[in-house]
Amino acid sequence: MGQIRLEQVTKSFGEVQVIQPLDLTLEDGEFTVFVGPSGCGKSTLLRLIAGLEDVSSGRILIDGKDATALVPAKRGLAMVFQSYALYPHMSVRRNIAFPLRMARMSRAEIDRRVEEAAEVLNLREYLDRRPGQLSGGQRQRVAIGRAIVREPAAFLFDEPLSNLDAALRVGMRMEISELHKKLGTTMIYVTHDQVEAMTMADRIVVLQGGIIEQVGSPLELYQRPCNQFVAGFIGSPRMNLIEGPEAAREGATTLGIRPEHLRLSRSEGPWEGTVGVSEHLGSDTFLHIHGIPGCDPFTVRASGEVDLRHGDAVFLTPDRARLHRFDAEGRRIE
Amino acid sequence: MATKASRSAARLMMAPAVVLLLGWMLVPLSMTVWFSFRKFLPLRGGDLGWAGWENYSRFVSSSSFWPAVSTTLIIVGSVLVVTVVLGVLLALLLDQPFWGRGIVRILVIAPFFVMPTVSALVWKNMFMDPTNGLLAYLWRLFGAEPLAWLSEASKESIVMIIAWRWLPFATLILLTAIQSLDNEQLEAAEMDGAGPLQRFGHIILPHLGRAITIVILIQTIFLLSIFAEIFVTTGGAFGTRTLTYLIFQRVLESQNVGLGSAGGVYAIILANIVALFLMRIVGRNLDA
Repeated sequence: MGQIRLEQVTKSFGEVQVIQPLDLTLEDGEFTVFVGPSGCGKSTLLRLIAGLEDVSSGRILIDGKDATALVPAKRGLAMVFQSYALYPHMSVRRNIAFPLRMARMSRAEIDRRVEEAAEVLNLREYLDRRPGQLSGGQRQRVAIGRAIVREPAAFLFDEPLSNLDAALRVGMRMEISELHKKLGTTMIYVTHDQVEAMTMADRIVVLQGGIIEQVGSPLELYQRPCNQFVAGFIGSPRMNLIEGPEAAREGATTLGIRPEHLRLSRSEGPWEGTVGVSEHLGSDTFLHIHGIPGCDPFTVRASGEVDLRHGDAVFLTPDRARLHRFDAEGRRIE
Repeated sequence: MATKASRSAARLMMAPAVVLLLGWMLVPLSMTVWFSFRKFLPLRGGDLGWAGWENYSRFVSSSSFWPAVSTTLIIVGSVLVVTVVLGVLLALLLDQPFWGRGIVRILVIAPFFVMPTVSALVWKNMFMDPTNGLLAYLWRLFGAEPLAWLSEASKESIVMIIAWRWLPFATLILLTAIQSLDNEQLEAAEMDGAGPLQRFGHIILPHLGRAITIVILIQTIFLLSIFAEIFVTTGGAFGTRTLTYLIFQRVLESQNVGLGSAGGVYAIILANIVALFLMRIVGRNLDA
């Protein structure tokens, strides 16, 4: 069991309030991702849940019980840190066994659980090595191993993949998702990378400036961003945000259209511009288009075979059903 | 340092320094070895010729030799224990955030800047003097009989004076080591259920292993040759005669250079035994 509830939680460092009063319920077994730009308070929020920071006001409930005043060890949560925080002087086996030894578990039970975790994470051959002799991905797995042996109510991940190279990151992303399916435990995952958020999450919490901007499934956030910030943050490449008369004609201050929801033509369309830089990814081509009033550069996702060169004139037709309208405060207009 | 020419040029440039350092080390060493085989009494006839191994056997068979060796080891060992234990505690304390930490850190280092002779004189006259010393005053304040520190608790007093001087050194090195500890490791241990004492024992102390090794090795090198503190306070009396002090007495008080030089060679051997011993115990902390 691992339901986590935050009630009116705030956090201030001196004069600065980094978490505004906030209510959030994370259901048992859910994979929740906190995402937002750096400094948005997502790591602080995770540390508040972990108990590594004290809340300034409000309550944290774990499985319905008030855990606000409990020390981290008593909350039944396990955390994987950005730097992995492995104990360098201990072997992998002793690293993974450390929380169990601290809990004064019997030798046999410790051995059984460590073997089990090593099996799940493919760490069998490395049990007697030191962390210094492992690669980044293996260290990451040891850190996860140290978390799972405790059989916690929930796992907390603090940007665990940011120290890995791109290829390894994709692999570890899958492994963590697999692990979630296998264990079915609540997981909270902090990242600044919206791709990680979109691919892994059951539910995404978008934060900015200590405020929750929107909570929802990846597709909800993609299809119906509730404000301009979420619209710009979720989706890659970023949504085009058009201001000025073009937006006013639709009855909005800002008009949003994703690069993939535009039709490209050489002869006709409401918007005309010239092709700037094009990024060829093979499967797709991202074209940067200049000269469209209210948004420069304008990004369009075209097929990989598109035959357009720098300086060519193009016409764009938006998919009207997928236009997003935002008012002067940046809120979505239905 | 890539081409043949630049490599040989580099060797040429380094040669003066290497030769100077080698000479600096080898000349006194070989002179000591040379004198240790001579019968050399400066005030009683000067160099009186070859002595063979006589100086060596006389130095060891003297009734003061073994007590001097044990005094040396006791003093060095006690100072090491005191400085490392208190150094770790002080470093932990100074690592905590508190008001005026910068100034306190500088003050803590201060004793290391006091010359050994001066610190010994201050301790002897201001603190340990049985009639006018601060400690005597303190003792009387509680109605106790003042202690004649340097004669009644002579070894302890010497250890106190030396430890006072070397504690800042240990603290400083251990403090920088503590500061280099990744805070996430401590937080991870906290999440894993380790209490403050367990975090100290399982995370902080192992992390300090290398720094403690360095403190022990460097201090041992310097402590084996302490002299001023003993010369100024007890003059080698009351069981405070170390090997270094015994050699000094043989050469200058008995005016027997040959005998003193033989003692010097023994001191070199003792230092190497101690170093070897230490490397065995703590040296493995240095690799990895």
